Amino acid sequence: MKRGIWRLSLRRVRAQPLQTGILALCIAVSIFLPVETRLLVARYERELTARARATPMLAGPAGNRFDLALTSLYFRASTLATYRMDAFEALASTDLATVIPLRLGCAARGHALVGTDPEYYRFRGLVPRAGTLPLRPGDIVLGAAVADALDLAPGDTVFSDQRELYDIAQPPALKMRVTGVLARRGTPDDDAIFTDLMTTWIIDGLAHGHGDVTKSIDPALVLARSDDRIAVSGAFIEYNEVTPDTLTSLHLHVDHADLPLSAAIVVPRDAKAGTMLKARVNAQALEQMIVPTDVIADLLAYVFRVQAMLDGLSAVLAACTLLLTGLVMLLSTRLRAREMQTLHRIGAGRFTVARLYATELLIILVASLVLAGTGILVAQTVLPNLVFMLAE
Amino acid sequence: MNPRASAAANGSDDVIAAHGLRFAYPGDGFRLRVETLRIPVGAHAACIGPSGCGKTTLINLLTGIVAPDAGRIELCGQAITDLSEDARRALRIRRVGLVFQEFELLDYLTAYENILLPYYVAADMPADGAARERARSIATAMGVASTLRRRPGRLSQGERQRIAVCRALVTQPDLIVCDEPTGNLDPASTARTLDLLFEQAAAHDATLLVVTHNHALLDRFDRVIDMSAPEGAS
Repeated sequence: MKRGIWRLSLRRVRAQPLQTGILALCIAVSIFLPVETRLLVARYERELTARARATPMLAGPAGNRFDLALTSLYFRASTLATYRMDAFEALASTDLATVIPLRLGCAARGHALVGTDPEYYRFRGLVPRAGTLPLRPGDIVLGAAVADALDLAPGDTVFSDQRELYDIAQPPALKMRVTGVLARRGTPDDDAIFTDLMTTWIIDGLAHGHGDVTKSIDPALVLARSDDRIAVSGAFIEYNEVTPDTLTSLHLHVDHADLPLSAAIVVPRDAKAGTMLKARVNAQALEQMIVPTDVIADLLAYVFRVQAMLDGLSAVLAACTLLLTGLVMLLSTRLRAREMQTLHRIGAGRFTVARLYATELLIILVASLVLAGTGILVAQTVLPNLVFMLAE
Repeated sequence: MNPRASAAANGSDDVIAAHGLRFAYPGDGFRLRVETLRIPVGAHAACIGPSGCGKTTLINLLTGIVAPDAGRIELCGQAITDLSEDARRALRIRRVGLVFQEFELLDYLTAYENILLPYYVAADMPADGAARERARSIATAMGVASTLRRRPGRLSQGERQRIAVCRALVTQPDLIVCDEPTGNLDPASTARTLDLLFEQAAAHDATLLVVTHNHALLDRFDRVIDMSAPEGAS
């Protein structure tokens, strides 16, 4: 096409920044929305299924299977019913599978605090990039994203989050010692804090040790004391901490069989063992066993239905944008009738006007594509890991 | 090609020659009849008549903007009544420079770009270095070189008019047609504009056809086409 037509079209488009901007924005949005939705859904699917595929089976309390899957896989903040220790041990004693306990529901500085055993780190391939894994109750190891977000390192301490601020019957926060930071894995483990089961039970108020408070309380805060009582200032902040003193006297206030878990990762020996375990557990009224990939596939079916609806809406939006663009161009031809008449009179070619409009539209389309592309790039970069969002 | 040489090559000394023209707008009572009209090469012709008598229609016919219902028109030695619409456009953009009453500059282009407009929209006339140099030199001759970067909205009436004349001249046309170029001007500006047109027509060896309704200007032209005559132009 002639450079002169390009020049005229560019000048015209630049001379109408508002009209051009609105048109380009409308077209960009109608491109951005369906493309970004598809990319997001694809990413969501990829991330969800990757985690699910890495977890053969999950056992937990009977109830909503989506809750069990999302909470156990992504540490989503929901309250699962208690999965009893005796149910867990019954499963573990079959020798048909490796069973890894999970105690969820606790949090520290807004991040999920997961109680588990050392097998979990081996199973997920989690290794410390600094420090060590938890060595004793009260120790924690931070996911890489948590360490970065909170700027914590081995040797620092973190308090558990209080579940109920105004209920004095609830146990106080637990001061925990950071022993290590895990290497980044790009999974929900990066955004969680891990400890042993006993620590979560201490936070739950089910276990504690006894220490000498006179040694741990700042003497300036002690108002009065007798042989068996101590009165402290209102400035005293109460919290628990596992110290060498309390560690030796650490004990549970609940029967071992009644100890609460949330779920268990089940890694069956083989497919047959998995089927047998699943049939056995699902025959119980109080427990269930699920295959995460099946549950996530069902969940994604809902997502795809929503996506289909969004695709329909995007088509409507695109049609509206097309109509709007057509209307703007039509009005433009009327407003520019005199200009076109001038071009005709000086001898411009018969298709010059059509070329002018086509080139202007092309420029606007290119601008829209650039806008939409930039938007998609920014969205892909800025949007957080979608699976991490499940934890919120 | 030199207009004299061009017309002579076609066996004619006329830039415009029209015979037996008939034209009517569909559904309109207006009728235009021109039996014979000749404008020799190098002439300074005025087309005069009251409003609505068909001056602009005649210009449109003579420059091939519209086709007559009957008759024959030769422009620069070519029978435009035998040419296709595309060929008429191509001939017009190369051989005819038009100055409109309202100047019709495109407000989103600079004055310089407005001068080069025929090159931007012509099918086979690139705005090459020669065209750009010619645009600058004509603008300099017309005293508007300092305004070339400005848009029409920031030009005075006189500057816009000069830019419109520059646009008409930039293709080195054989015929400069001005449709009431002094219609909105005071007498002093009118005189200056005509001086300018005569100078530029002479400088470019072009024929000048000016549509006007101002009888006081007629002394300056060597030919007058009177559209108020009962039989139309002659």
